[in-house]
Amino acid sequence: MMLTPELFIQHFFNALALGSLYGLIAIGYTMVYGILRLINFAHGDIFMLGAYFVFFSTIAFMPAWLAALLVAIALLIMFTTFRDKSKATPAWYWGAQALLLGLAGYYGFISPVEFQPPWVLAVFFAIAVTSACGIVVDRVAYQPLRDAPRISALISAIGISFLIENLGVVVFSGLPRAVRQPDMLVKPIIANISAITGNADSVVRISPMALIVPSVSLLLVSGLLWIIYRTKPGLAMRSISKDIETTRLMGVSVNKVIALTFALGSALAAASGIMWALRYPQIHPYMGVLPGFKAFIAAVFGGIGSIHGAMLGGLILGFIEVFITATFPALSGYRDAFAFVLLIVILLWKPTGIMGARTEEKI
Amino acid sequence: MSFKKLLAATGMLLCMGIAAQAAEPIKIGVYLPLTGQNAFGGQLELEGVQLAHKEMSQVLGRPVELVIVDNKSDKVEAANAVTRLTAKDKVTGIIGTYGSSLAMSGGEVAEKAKTPVIATSATNPLVTKDKKYYFRACFIDPYQGAGAATYVMQNLGFKRAAVLKDVANDYAVGLANFFASSFKKQGGEIVVNLNYNSGDQDFTPQLTQIISQKPDVLFIPAYFAEGAIIMKQARELGATFRIIGGDAMDNPETVKIGGQAVEGFLHTTFPYDMSMPNMNPAAKKFTENWKVAFPGKDPNVNAALGYTSYMMFMEAIKKANSTDREAVTKALAELKDFPAVTGTLTINATHDAEMPIGIIEIKDGKRVYKGEITPKM
Repeated sequence: MMLTPELFIQHFFNALALGSLYGLIAIGYTMVYGILRLINFAHGDIFMLGAYFVFFSTIAFMPAWLAALLVAIALLIMFTTFRDKSKATPAWYWGAQALLLGLAGYYGFISPVEFQPPWVLAVFFAIAVTSACGIVVDRVAYQPLRDAPRISALISAIGISFLIENLGVVVFSGLPRAVRQPDMLVKPIIANISAITGNADSVVRISPMALIVPSVSLLLVSGLLWIIYRTKPGLAMRSISKDIETTRLMGVSVNKVIALTFALGSALAAASGIMWALRYPQIHPYMGVLPGFKAFIAAVFGGIGSIHGAMLGGLILGFIEVFITATFPALSGYRDAFAFVLLIVILLWKPTGIMGARTEEKI
Repeated sequence: MSFKKLLAATGMLLCMGIAAQAAEPIKIGVYLPLTGQNAFGGQLELEGVQLAHKEMSQVLGRPVELVIVDNKSDKVEAANAVTRLTAKDKVTGIIGTYGSSLAMSGGEVAEKAKTPVIATSATNPLVTKDKKYYFRACFIDPYQGAGAATYVMQNLGFKRAAVLKDVANDYAVGLANFFASSFKKQGGEIVVNLNYNSGDQDFTPQLTQIISQKPDVLFIPAYFAEGAIIMKQARELGATFRIIGGDAMDNPETVKIGGQAVEGFLHTTFPYDMSMPNMNPAAKKFTENWKVAFPGKDPNVNAALGYTSYMMFMEAIKKANSTDREAVTKALAELKDFPAVTGTLTINATHDAEMPIGIIEIKDGKRVYKGEITPKM
């Protein structure tokens, strides 16, 4: 089928939105792999949890629920913050605790209101809770297997993935749910492209998400690179990726650094889950499976372990999927198959991916 | 005192025995899932059958007796139930069942026992395929595709249609094929026919392609969750054509997920709805009698199909003027223009009930029953 310039530009923006979503999920895979040499198959399900948390935190809270939630956050902070016992507990810690419990008491009992959180708050809340889930997954499923053969951790990852999916069916129910979208993210930007086509009424409609997703991805990737290359915990992460035993001997608390890695990876998964839910506003417990696989392919394609590679792999995958459908409409039903064919080809031709470093072992 | 009661009871039994000898009852078996996962539908259908039995408890001057067996939503139990009804109770015909897999299991037994069966709401084409004795009171899934094509052509006057379907789902493929063949036969053109796979959530490349072909209408035989997303993405990409779907879209979540994008969406459904305007006389009678018999419980299409199945048997026995199983089977196969609750019903060559199809439009976020259409195959 002939691609007019108009169609081409429309497809380009469709592909950009899809590809950068794949890329963002792929970064989570690649980061955990880069540091632990572990393919975290539960990543797609953490992604799903992120979408559900944002769904639950954008609906109106009943007073009792809100109070319970605030108390839960206070407890979570108490148990998850890394406190140095030799130093005095920082004032912000007690301040935050007092504020949360105070709010819980006020909204729950003194002035019970139904609370509809604004979008930004809901997003940050969802990311925080999903990060906590990532830490829990690491603590429960991977930490006991830290010194076991790598294959045991891989199987544990598959197990935890099934566990989260099925737990999701039990807790959230299998019915798909609708996510509330803010209007400004839905209304398409209508761009007149008559300068390119020469046709006065040729327009393309760009979903705001097609611009927001790449920007947010870029921002998150820069933040991540800054943490890894410019901070102390980042240094510890890089050193763990080289040699975990020596790092431990240097006095680094390895488990805490790995917990931080999972927290960051899960925060990225949550961010992509939220953006996925904003672009495709329907969530269900198995929503993470297919995007998870595709992002994994993107990560392998770009070179697993490489953060730039994951983003690039995601974009290429998105473009291939969209333009296959655009140029060969008869093959539109086989769109997903192309992603997997790509995986096989890349594994045969260049197993380290486009930007991957040469390593001795792969799973 | 107990002696007196016993005497009375014996007397009554004797009387009944004599009466039965005078006019032996015609036995109609009913096998439905009254327990288990399909119990909700099975119970409603049984109540429909019982309501019909109350209305017409005699045929050919003989009383009709219902023999009710629970198939427990289980395939093995379904086969056992049919064995029991045919071998022990020696029924003239059987009504049942809800659930296509149950009907397929029971159908094998009925075929060997040469006993006519009317399925209440088993919509899978395989239920009656190559079966001499199995019929149904409902249409098969793909028939709706032809209904949608006919509505689009006749009532909306559209000539150019696009199709977007899930290739991994036989409901969707069936509906899409029937839609395309019926639409072409009526002189329409399928300008573009695209696919996706179960689980996909990004339909933008397909939709961009469809929009560029400028169809009048898009047919999406999808389930509600995907369907709503497709409509949303289509409208965001600037699609202005109408969109029509099948009964799998009939779910309140469609509007919740799709929001404004669902406005004006059309979908096909069974032609009975409690709120429908201009009910036919049979439907009116059914609804009124139901409200008397089951106050506080709304009749639905399952109840209507249970009711219709029983009435079809009565009609066939009357036409055959006998309770011989072969004669009743022949009469059922020839059933034509029967005034049923769900409209004028005709049994076709593959033993499916051809009847009008209901059309629903989403207006201001609510379902509006638009009327019926007789599909052109």
